[in-house]
Amino acid sequence: MNLPDAEQLLAELTDRIRSDVTKDTVLVGIYTGGVWLAERLHKDLECTLPLGTLDVSFYRDDFHEIGLHPQVKPSNIPFEVEGRHIILIDDVLYTGRTIRAAINELFDYGRPASIRLAALVDRGAREMPIAANYVGADIVLPEDKMLALEQKDNGKLSLNLYDKISPE
Amino acid sequence: MRILIKDGRVIDPENGMDAVNDVYIIAGKIVAIGAEPDSFQANHVINAKGLVVCPGLVDLSVRLREPGLEYKATLESEMRAAVAGGVTSLACPPDTDPPLDEPGLVEMLKHRAKSLNQAHVYPIGALTQGLKGERLTEMAELHDAGCVAFSQSDKLLLDTKVMMQAMQYASTFGFRVWLRPEDDSIADSGVAHDGEVATRLGLPAIPVCAETIALSKIILIAKETGAKVHLCRISSAEGVAMVRAARQQGLPITCDVAVNHIHLSEMDISFFDSNCHLIPPLRAISDRDALRAGLVDGTIGAVCSDHAPVDEDAKLVPFGESEAGSTSIELLLSLVLKWAEEINISLAVAVAKVTSEPAKILGVEAGDLSVGAAADLCIFDPDQHWRVEASILKSQGKNTPFLGMELLGKVKYTLANGIIVYED
Amino acid sequence: MNNPQLNKDGKLQHLLTTEGLPAPILLKILDTAESFVGVTQRDIKKVPLLRGKSIFNLFFESSTRTRTTFEIAAKRLSADVVNLNIAASSQSKGETMLDTVNNLSAMNADMFIVRHSQSGAAHLIARHVRPEIHVINAGDGRHAHPTQALLDMFTIRRYKHDFHNLRVAIVGDILHSRVARSQIHALTTLGVPEVRVISPKTLLPTKVERLGVHVYHDMEQGLKGVDVVLMLRLQNERMLGARLPSAEEYFKYYGLTQEKLALAKHDAIVMHPGPMNRGIEIDSAVADGKQSVILPQVTFGIAVRMAVMTILAGN
Repeated sequence: MNLPDAEQLLAELTDRIRSDVTKDTVLVGIYTGGVWLAERLHKDLECTLPLGTLDVSFYRDDFHEIGLHPQVKPSNIPFEVEGRHIILIDDVLYTGRTIRAAINELFDYGRPASIRLAALVDRGAREMPIAANYVGADIVLPEDKMLALEQKDNGKLSLNLYDKISPE
Repeated sequence: MRILIKDGRVIDPENGMDAVNDVYIIAGKIVAIGAEPDSFQANHVINAKGLVVCPGLVDLSVRLREPGLEYKATLESEMRAAVAGGVTSLACPPDTDPPLDEPGLVEMLKHRAKSLNQAHVYPIGALTQGLKGERLTEMAELHDAGCVAFSQSDKLLLDTKVMMQAMQYASTFGFRVWLRPEDDSIADSGVAHDGEVATRLGLPAIPVCAETIALSKIILIAKETGAKVHLCRISSAEGVAMVRAARQQGLPITCDVAVNHIHLSEMDISFFDSNCHLIPPLRAISDRDALRAGLVDGTIGAVCSDHAPVDEDAKLVPFGESEAGSTSIELLLSLVLKWAEEINISLAVAVAKVTSEPAKILGVEAGDLSVGAAADLCIFDPDQHWRVEASILKSQGKNTPFLGMELLGKVKYTLANGIIVYED
Repeated sequence: MNNPQLNKDGKLQHLLTTEGLPAPILLKILDTAESFVGVTQRDIKKVPLLRGKSIFNLFFESSTRTRTTFEIAAKRLSADVVNLNIAASSQSKGETMLDTVNNLSAMNADMFIVRHSQSGAAHLIARHVRPEIHVINAGDGRHAHPTQALLDMFTIRRYKHDFHNLRVAIVGDILHSRVARSQIHALTTLGVPEVRVISPKTLLPTKVERLGVHVYHDMEQGLKGVDVVLMLRLQNERMLGARLPSAEEYFKYYGLTQEKLALAKHDAIVMHPGPMNRGIEIDSAVADGKQSVILPQVTFGIAVRMAVMTILAGN
C-alpha cells in the first residue's frame, strides 16, 4: 500500500505545532523514532530549552511477557519538569501504551504544567484513553502489520511497513 | 520343620558348588544338598526354579541405631531391612549411644536381636572406653559377652601410643582389631575427597594421604604387635596398594570396602547431593577402579553395605552440615551383582565377597551351605528388576544415592535357622 | 545433566553460580547492567520494573555490605524488600533452613537472596522452593558468589572492553574464596585467554589448574604483563589454622604494593571485592591510586544486581 512521505508529514506536523510553541515549551522525544522527529522539530521550531529524550523500557507494561530489552538507552531530561509545558513526540501512535509509559516516566521526574502529544502517524486501534494533540496523518493498517519510521544515513526519514513478529 | 528348596541354582563358594540342586533342611540345619535324604517328607517346599540359592549374606557393617539413636531407626526396622536384603549375619559397629563399651550393653543388644528371630547379630565392641581413644575397654569381658572384634568406629581418635597398646592388648587374647584408616588431624573437618570436585564445589576436603598415613601407622604397629587387623572401608588406590604390599609380606591384615564405593565416585556428588556424603568420602574414578581391582585380586576380602540409616532432616541440609552415611543393606546384593556384571566375573566369585569371605573375616560359622551348618540362606532372582524407592525400602533410612534407580537382583526368600524370615 | 539454574526454556531461573552458565547469558546480564548504570546516575534512581514484587534477603551468614547492596538494588527496582538476619533468630530456635524457607515462601515471596556459610546452601534452597520463586546466591561457603564475579566482569569490560585480549591475575586465598571460584568460571567462559592465580601453596585448592588457570607462587612472576589484578581479602583465621605465619610475611610476598604493580602493564587495573585489609593484601597507595577501580566496582555492583533481579523476574 502507499505510505505517505515522512518528510512531507513532518513538514505539516511542524506547521501545526508552530503556533503553540513559546520560549518556555520543551520537547521530549520517545526513542527511537520520536527522538529523530524531536531533533528535527527542535531545530525547525528554534527551541531554546534543551531537548529531552525518553526510553520507556523500564516503564512498559509487558515486562513480564517479553522481559527487558537489553539495549536500554539512558533517558535524558536536562531541565526541570516541575511546572513545564511539555510536548511529547512519538513516531507512531497505536495502542497508546507507550505514551502511558512515557507519561508515568515524566511524572517520576516532577509535575508538569501540561503534556501535549505530537505523533507523525496515528494508526488508531487504541487500547488506552489517549489522544494526540498534533498528528501528521491518520492511517488505518491491518493488525498484522507494523509501521516503523527509519532514518537514512543522510538524515532523511521514511515510513516502512513490516509483518509483525510475535514475541517468543 | 522340614523344608525343601527345589530346583534352585545353588551357589556355595566355600564348598565350590555352582549347580542346580535341591536343598534339604531339617530343624534349622542343612542336612543335604542334591541327594534326597531317606524318608524325607517336606512340610514346606520352596520352588526355586530360575532362582539362585546361596548362603545368607554376611554383612560386616550394619548400623542398627540401638541403643540410643532410635529416632534414626530401630532394631525392628533395620533387622527387617537386613533380611529383606538377604542378610542373615551382620556385624554392628560400636558407635551407638552409649557406645558398646560395657558387657551389659552388648548382652542387651544381643538379647534384643535374638528375640526378633531374624538375622544373627555380631556386635563389634569399642576398643576404648566411650570410644574416646584414651582408656582400653575390658576386651576379654566384652568378648565373653559376644563381641567378635574391637573397633573405634568412624573416628580413630587414637594417639600412636594408645593405638599400639590397644592392639598389643587385643593380640594377647588373639582378638581382632577393626580400624578405619583415617588420620583425624589431616581429615580434620573435611567432607569430600580432596580432588577436582571438592575444589570446584568449595567443600572442605580429605586428601588420600589421610588414609595412607593412617594405614602405614596401622600396618607397622600390626607388624610390631602381631595383632590381627581388619581395615574397614578402604577408599583409595594408594591405600589398596599399601594393603596389597602388607599382605604380600604375610601380615594378618584383611580389609573390606563399602558397596557404594565400588560404584560411585566424587563425580556423583553432582550439585551437592548429600546422599553422597559418605565416610570415607567417594574418591576419584581411578580410586574406584583400583578398589574394584583390589576386590578381584583378593586384596580386599569382602564387600559390606556400611548401612547407616539417617533421618531425612539430617540430609536436607547443606552438604557440609549433613550427616554422612547411606542406607544400603537392601541394595547390597543388587549392587554386588551389578559390579560382577560390569567387570565380567562369575556369580560365584561375587557371592563369595558377601558370604564366605566376610564370614572368615568375622571369624564366625556362617556364609556357607555345608551339611550340618545352620540353614541361613538367601534365595534371589538374578533377572528381576526392582526400583529403589522410599516406599519399598524397609529400613527407616531412605538416604541412598541410588534412590529412583532400577537395580537387578531381587531377594525372594531369606531363611535364618531354617525359618523363612523374609518372603517377597 | 540438567542445569539447576536454567528453566526448561534455557532461561535463567536462579543465579547460583557462574559455573555452567553459557556466555550469552553472562553477557546479557552485563548488557542489561549497562542500562541500569544510567539509572543509578539519574536524579530519579527508581524504576517501576519490580513493583509489587517481594524480595527476601535470607542471610544465614551476616554481611551488612552485601545485604545493603542487594537492598538498594531491589528498592531501585521498586520491589518490596524484607531483610532476615537468620543467624540471630529462627536458626537458634532449631528451625531447619528449609523450614525457614518454606515458611517464607508461604508469605508470597518472589525472590530469595541467600547467603550462607556452607557451600551448596543456595543450590539446596533452589531445589526446594516453589517453581515461581527465584533464588540468587549471595555467597555460599567457599563455593560461589556469582553477583560479585559478574560485577567484576562488568568492571573489566568497562575499562578493558575486550575479554579476548586479556591476562588476568587473581591474588590471595583461593582455597577459601567463593569470589575467586566464581571469577575463574566467568573469566574462562567469557574467553579470557590467560587466567592466573597467585598464592602460597597452603592457600591453593587441590588440582586448581583443572579450572583452567595457571598457578604462580611467585607474585612478581605472576604479575608480569597482567592487564587486570583481582585482589582477594585475607582473613585472620588463616594465621590460626597454621596456613600462614603472619600478616607481615604475607604482605611482603603477596601484598600488592606499587613496586609489584609496576610489573603489570602500565594501564593495568586493580580490583578488590571489599572490604579491604590495608597493609595486609593491598597497600593504601595502590588502593587509592589511579589504577584502582575499587570504588566504581561498588556502583557497578548495584547496577549488576539490578540487572540480575530484572532478568530473573522477567523469565
